[in-house]
Amino acid sequence: MEDTKLLDIVERYIKGEMNPDERLHFETLRKSNAEIDQLVVEHTLFLQQMNRFGEWKKFRSSLNDVHTQLTEQGKIDSTRLKGKAKVIYLVKRYKRVAAIAAVIAGVTTITISALVNTFNPKVDNAQITSLSRDIQYIKQKQNVQTNEVNQLKNKITTTQIPFKAGGSGFLIDGKGYLVTNAHIIRNSKNIVVINNKGDQFKAIIAKIFFDKDIAILKIEDDTYKQTGSLPYGIRKSSTDVAEPIFTLGYPRNEIVYSEGYLSAKTGFNGDTLSCQLGIAANRGNSGGPVFNHDGEIIGIISSKEMAAEGVAFAIQSKYIYSAIDDLKKDTTFQSIKVPAKSSVRGMDKKQQVKKIQDFVFMVKGD
Amino acid sequence: MKDQFEEIALLKGLATNDKKAVETIYQENFNMVQSLIINNNGSSDDAKDIFQEAMIVLYEKARSGTFELNCQIKTFVYSVSKRLWLKRLQQQNRYTATSDNLEDVVPVENELEEHEKINAEFNLMEKALNNLGEPCKSLLEAYYLKKQNMQVIALNFGYTNADNAKNQKYKCLMRLKKIFFTDYKNGKEDGGY
Repeated sequence: MEDTKLLDIVERYIKGEMNPDERLHFETLRKSNAEIDQLVVEHTLFLQQMNRFGEWKKFRSSLNDVHTQLTEQGKIDSTRLKGKAKVIYLVKRYKRVAAIAAVIAGVTTITISALVNTFNPKVDNAQITSLSRDIQYIKQKQNVQTNEVNQLKNKITTTQIPFKAGGSGFLIDGKGYLVTNAHIIRNSKNIVVINNKGDQFKAIIAKIFFDKDIAILKIEDDTYKQTGSLPYGIRKSSTDVAEPIFTLGYPRNEIVYSEGYLSAKTGFNGDTLSCQLGIAANRGNSGGPVFNHDGEIIGIISSKEMAAEGVAFAIQSKYIYSAIDDLKKDTTFQSIKVPAKSSVRGMDKKQQVKKIQDFVFMVKGD
Repeated sequence: MKDQFEEIALLKGLATNDKKAVETIYQENFNMVQSLIINNNGSSDDAKDIFQEAMIVLYEKARSGTFELNCQIKTFVYSVSKRLWLKRLQQQNRYTATSDNLEDVVPVENELEEHEKINAEFNLMEKALNNLGEPCKSLLEAYYLKKQNMQVIALNFGYTNADNAKNQKYKCLMRLKKIFFTDYKNGKEDGGY
């Protein structure tokens, strides 16, 4: 009870609620009693602290009041973020989430495309190049020539056709049927075939099979003389790995012979349509025949691998038959007859080539 | 440029928690601080917190009477808000690199140091009060913060007379002081709040 009273007195003293007499009396007491003096100092500090604390609390709550009030009055933009501020805020806030989402999306995309690549046996165009021969000279001069042709159009009767694409092809029927690659003459309207003597004949596309990369051409030219039988046959069954093979084609403006071996029964990345050859092939060899040592055609050279030298791919010869079967459904081509037997069997290579070379043509398209 | 006398008047108003002055300063500066916070990875709630904290720093400075107006209120509030926000980002480990526009406009280190000290003390007081429990907390708040007299308190709290209320208040106060001064000393000795 004493302490309660004392504190009450101290508080009244600190707050200045005492009358002068009381005050004087208390101050004398304070001076003589160190304990009371200490209590006064301590309590003064405490009350100050309490006062400031109270004001601090009050100020805080008045700030909140002001905030709410000003927001309601629309004098500040708080919580009702609009326009640009909102966009910026949302962007900042969800930047991390968006980044993570993007990463996940990226990883998923890569994974899926990796899976697709793994399970899809399709030929990768980046790694493989078509052997279709581009005729550089004509390519470079084409604009000049086109201009010249346009200028001379009225003076000369025959039109010079600028041939851009070129490759090889070979007869499958003496009546003028040739086989070549579809990719060589893909975009061509005018096609000529040239034999190793330099004789040039116009040809048309009898049928084109883009899926097999096979095209069957028909020579339609008055100067062409039909030949009886062909020296080579076209093999129906597949060939054994390591069997020596050779090819004839036109990587240059002259017929070129090269030889090698069958290195695999399937083509690029396990493609069953084709087979793999260990042979030096160049642009222009495309569409050329691949012979075994009996002089049988076992395939059509179609492409080479970019990454490795001396590796080429050929379309298996059995697909020539299926192409011809398809073609025969058209009654105009029913008379087509494909040689199955080779007549150069047992001859030495030089003799074989000598007999065969007249039937291998350069194919040019515009 | 705002008239300097006008600013001094505003600060004087702020020191006494004058509603009009608080409103004016609030209204003139909030949007600026909000866009600062939002442009630096904050939300509008963060903006409110930081701005009010800066207002308290300004309030303390205005009350201390040592505030010489060597810059505009706007500049001061902006600088303080920026420092406070950077600090919070650092505490949350969200602060990556200094954006070029985040340098200080005016140095406010001393003010912030002072502010932190006061903040710590007040948090201590709040904690001590909360630890008292009821009815002590309300009783002491009514007497010391709301400055109600003992008769009114006795009536409100249901004591039969003012003396009983006074007695109860005394007990509560002793407990509070004990808690507060223990924490206060500990805080001081530890050197941290």
